[in-house]
Amino acid sequence: MRLAFIVLIILGALNGPAHGAAPPASRAAPPASRAAPPAFSDLNEVMAQLAMRQHGRVEFIEQHFLKVLNHPIESSGELRYDAPDRLEKRTLHPHAETLLLTGGVLTVERAHSRRVMDLHAFPQVLPFVESIRATLAGDRSALERLFHLEFTGSVARWTLTLVPLESKVKQSVSQVRIEGAQDQLLKVEIRQPDGDRSLMTLRPSTLP
Amino acid sequence: MMLRRARVLILWVACVAFAAFVVARAHYITDLSAFLPSNPTPVQQLLVDQLRDGPATRLILIALEQGDAAARARVSAAMVDLLRKDSQFSSVNNGAAVAGQRDREFLFQHRYLLSEAVSAERFSAAGLNAAIKETIDNLASPAGLLFKSLLPRDPTGELLNISDQLARAAAPQSRDGVWVSADATRALAVAQTAASGSDSDAQSKAIDAIRAAFATAAGKLQPGPNNGVQLRLSGPGVFAVAARTKIERAAVRLSIASCILVVALLLAVYRSLPALGLGLLPVTTGALVGVAAVALGFGAVHGITLGFGITLIGESVDYSIYYFIQSRHRFEHGVAGRSWQQLWWPTVRLGMLTSVCGFASLLPSGFPGLRQLGLYSISGLIAAALVTRFVLPALLPGNFAIRDVTPFGARIAALLQGVRRIGRASIVLWSIALAMLAIAVLFHDRATLWNRELSALSPVSIQEQDYDARLRADLGAADVRDLVIVSGPDLESILRSAERAARALQGLVDDKTIGGFESPANYLPSMATQEIRRSSLPSASELRANLKQALDGLPLRADRLQLFLEDIEATRHAALVTSRDLIGTSLNTGFDALILHSRDKWDALLPLRSAVPGGPIDMARVVAALKDAKVDDAQVLDLKQESDTLYASYLSEALRFSLAGFLALTVLLLIALRSPLRVARVLAPLVLAVLSVAAGLAIAGVHLTILHLVGMLLIVAVGSNYALFFDRQAHAEEGGSEALTLASLVIANASTVIGFGLLSFSQVPVLVALGTTVAPGAFLALLFAAIGAPAGNAHAQHP
Repeated sequence: MRLAFIVLIILGALNGPAHGAAPPASRAAPPASRAAPPAFSDLNEVMAQLAMRQHGRVEFIEQHFLKVLNHPIESSGELRYDAPDRLEKRTLHPHAETLLLTGGVLTVERAHSRRVMDLHAFPQVLPFVESIRATLAGDRSALERLFHLEFTGSVARWTLTLVPLESKVKQSVSQVRIEGAQDQLLKVEIRQPDGDRSLMTLRPSTLP
Repeated sequence: MMLRRARVLILWVACVAFAAFVVARAHYITDLSAFLPSNPTPVQQLLVDQLRDGPATRLILIALEQGDAAARARVSAAMVDLLRKDSQFSSVNNGAAVAGQRDREFLFQHRYLLSEAVSAERFSAAGLNAAIKETIDNLASPAGLLFKSLLPRDPTGELLNISDQLARAAAPQSRDGVWVSADATRALAVAQTAASGSDSDAQSKAIDAIRAAFATAAGKLQPGPNNGVQLRLSGPGVFAVAARTKIERAAVRLSIASCILVVALLLAVYRSLPALGLGLLPVTTGALVGVAAVALGFGAVHGITLGFGITLIGESVDYSIYYFIQSRHRFEHGVAGRSWQQLWWPTVRLGMLTSVCGFASLLPSGFPGLRQLGLYSISGLIAAALVTRFVLPALLPGNFAIRDVTPFGARIAALLQGVRRIGRASIVLWSIALAMLAIAVLFHDRATLWNRELSALSPVSIQEQDYDARLRADLGAADVRDLVIVSGPDLESILRSAERAARALQGLVDDKTIGGFESPANYLPSMATQEIRRSSLPSASELRANLKQALDGLPLRADRLQLFLEDIEATRHAALVTSRDLIGTSLNTGFDALILHSRDKWDALLPLRSAVPGGPIDMARVVAALKDAKVDDAQVLDLKQESDTLYASYLSEALRFSLAGFLALTVLLLIALRSPLRVARVLAPLVLAVLSVAAGLAIAGVHLTILHLVGMLLIVAVGSNYALFFDRQAHAEEGGSEALTLASLVIANASTVIGFGLLSFSQVPVLVALGTTVAPGAFLALLFAAIGAPAGNAHAQHP
C-alpha cells in the first residue's frame, strides 16, 4: 500500500518541484467581474444554456503538435459528459484508452493498466480536463477559480479563452481556447508554454 | 513451646525475605510470548516472528473524522509534516507526494536494472519500435504528458514501468491531495513505527507523538463549525497499548473495589483489626512465594501471571477465615477442647491438595501463560496453607478470639434444616434432574460451546475490530493475514526465490485467485536478475543500428535520443544495485518491512491481497501454484488460521489435562476418605456446580474460552473445601459446632463471590470470563454441598 504513493512521487516529480496537497486555487473569492462588459452577458447566457444540459455525447478528433516529434500524433474517440462532474474521454484510435474524471479524481484505463490520479495533487494536469468539464457544466465560478476568462463573439458563435491564474498551472498550460455555438462545443485548443499544443475538434456522435 | 514458635517465625521470615529478594530481582515480560508456544514448529516459529516483529505489527492507521473535507485535508497535511520529522517513525504517509528527490534519482539512475521490461528483445529493432511507439501514444493523454520531458532520455518509458511495478499494491482514494475513505468521510494516513509492534512502551510513545502532532495541526485551524476534526487511531500497536491500559486500569479499579468490600466484610465479622491484618498473611505470603516460584522455575514472569495469579489463590483468604472462626470452638471449650489444628487442619490440607491436583493440570500445557499460572497457584496455595497452619497460631495471643458468629451460623443452619426437610431421596432426584438438564443444554450447544478463535481472548472489542477492518479496506492495506514466506541463507538467495514465487503468484493475479501481492524483489531485484538485465543491454553501435531501424515510420528522429544512448552505455558499465543503495530513499522502509533477518536465516515476506476486499484467499491454489513453479523453499502462512489452530490446540490440551487433573483429584480423595460413597458425595456438588455454570453460560450465548476452563478449575478448587468440611462434619467423632462451620463457609464464600463477581463488570473479556464462571460457580458449589450434606452427628450439638 505504501508503494502506491511512489507513483505519485514519480509523476509529481517530473514537472518541477513536488508539492503537497496544494489545490491550485484556494478558496479565495473568484475575481468579481466588475463592470461587466457587454460580452459577459453573452457569456452568462452561454453558461446558462450549457448548465441546462445534463448529458452530452460527442465524437472527437485530437491532434497533438509536439516539438519533439516530427509530425503530429492523432487520436479519436468519444467524449461523454454527465452533469455536473463526470467526464469520460474514450479514445478508440489508435489505441483504446478510457479517461474518467469524477469528483476531482482522474482514472486512466488501458488494456493492461489502470492509473488513478488525484488532480489536486497534480495541478499541471488539472487545466487539461477541468477546462472542458467546467465549461460543459456551465460552471463559471469553477472556471474563474482556475482561469482568467475572456469571451468574444456571440451566443450563436463564441470563443472562450482561458488563461491559468496559478503559476504552477501555468507551467504546463499557457492558454485554453474553446470555440462553440450556443450549448455546443466545437473546438478545444490547449497551448503549452514550450510551444507544444493540442487541438480537439468535436462533432455530434455517430457512434452506436 | 516458645522455642518452637520462635523457630517457626524465623523460618517464615527467612522464606518471605528470600521470596521478596527473588521477586525484586525477577525479570518481568509483558509481550505476547505468554500466548506463544515455547517449542514451536517451523510454521509456528514464522507465526511467532510475525506476531512479534512482522511489518503488520508496526502499522498505525490514522483516521481524521468530523469537520469538513478541506479541514481534514489541512490537518492531515500539517500533522504528517510534523510526524515525518520524527525518528520514531520509519515512514508516515497520507497520500501527498513527498519531495523524494533521492527516490527519483535512484529510480531514474537505475531504471535499466530495475525495470522488469528490460530484456534483449526490448532493445532489438522491433522491441524498440513497439516501446517507443507506446511512449509516443502516451503523450496523447494528460498522464503521459507528464513524461514528455523525459522522452529523449527514456524513450522506452522504463520509469513509467517501474512506477507501475511499484504501484501493484492497491491505492486508496484521494481527495484534496490526501487519502480518504471510500465514502470520503474520513481522511486517512498510515504511520509505520521504527520499533517493533510488540514493544508496547515504544508504541505508546509513538501514539502520544501522533496525538501531539494532531493537536498542533488541529490548533492551527480557525475555530469554526466545520473545523471540529477528530483523531482516531487503530492498528496492532494501538490495540496492544489500549489493552494494556485497559487491563491495568480494570485490575487496579477492581482490586481496590474488591479489597474494600472484602475488608469491610471481614471487619464486620471479626470486629478486630489485628485479626484482619493477620488474616491477610496467608494470601500475601502465598502471592509472594508464587511469583518467586515462577521466577525461579521459568526465569521470567509474564504480566498475565501477575494479573491473574492473585485471583487463583483467593482460596487462601478462606484459610484464615476458617482458622479464625473455627478456632472459637477451642475458645469455648477451653484447653480441654481439641485445637483447630487437630480438628480442622486435616480437612483444609485435603482441600488444599485437591486444589493442587486441579491446578497441576495446567503445568503440562503448551501455553506458557497457563503453565506459569499453574506453578504460581500450586506454590502459592501450599505456602498459604502452611502459614495458616503454623505461622498464624504462632503469632496469635493465647486468648485471642474474634466475635462469636455462632448465632449467624445457627440462623443459616435453621434455614438449611428447612431445605433438607424435603428428604434425601428428593434431593438426589432433583440433583440428577438438574444435571441431566445441564448436560442436555451442553449437548445441544456442543458445536458452538467452545470459542476456538484466538480473538476470543482479545481485549479489543468487536466494534474496534470492525473499525480497524474498515480502515484497512479503505487504505487497500492487506491486513497481512496471508503470507508467502521464502527462506534462505542470504539476501540474494531469498530475493531469487521471491522472484520465482512472484512469477507463480502473478499467474494467480491474472486468473483473479488473488488480488495482488507485494515482494521485496519489487524494490530490489536479485543480483542474478540485474545481471541478466545488464548483459541484455546492447553495445552503443548495436543500439544505434537498432534504433535507426526502429524509428522508421515513427515521428521521432534518432538524433534526439543521444542521451538515451549515453545512459544505456553508462548502465552497461555501472555496478549492480545493492540494498545499501536503497538507504536514504523511501523505498528502503518498504523493502525493510518485507525482509526478516535473524542470525544465519533470511526470510522474504510476500503478503497477499484477496481478489475481493476482505474476502478469503484460496490458499490451496496458492500452495499448488508455488509447487508447480518448484519454489520449494516457500511456505504459505495464514496468520489468523495459524493462530486459531494454535489456540485451539491449547484449548483441547487444557481440556484433556483438566480431566486428568479431575481423575487425580478423585484418586486422592479415595485414598484420603477410603469410601467411594463419601467421595461421590464430595464430588457431586462440585460437578453439579460446574455443569450448571457451563449450561448457564451456554444459555446466555457465551462461547467458552480457555479462561472459562480455568474458572471451572477454580470452582472445583474452592468448592472442594466446602464439600470436605461438610463431609468432615458428618463423619468426625468430634465435629465441632456446625453453626461455626457454616458461618465460616458462608463468609469465605461471600468473599469469593464478591471478588469474582466484581470481575464480571470489567470491560476485559478474560476477566469477565473468570468472574462470570467463578462467582456463580462458587456460590452454587456451597449451596449444593450444604443441601446435599448428610446430617451427621454435628446435628446433635446444635444449640
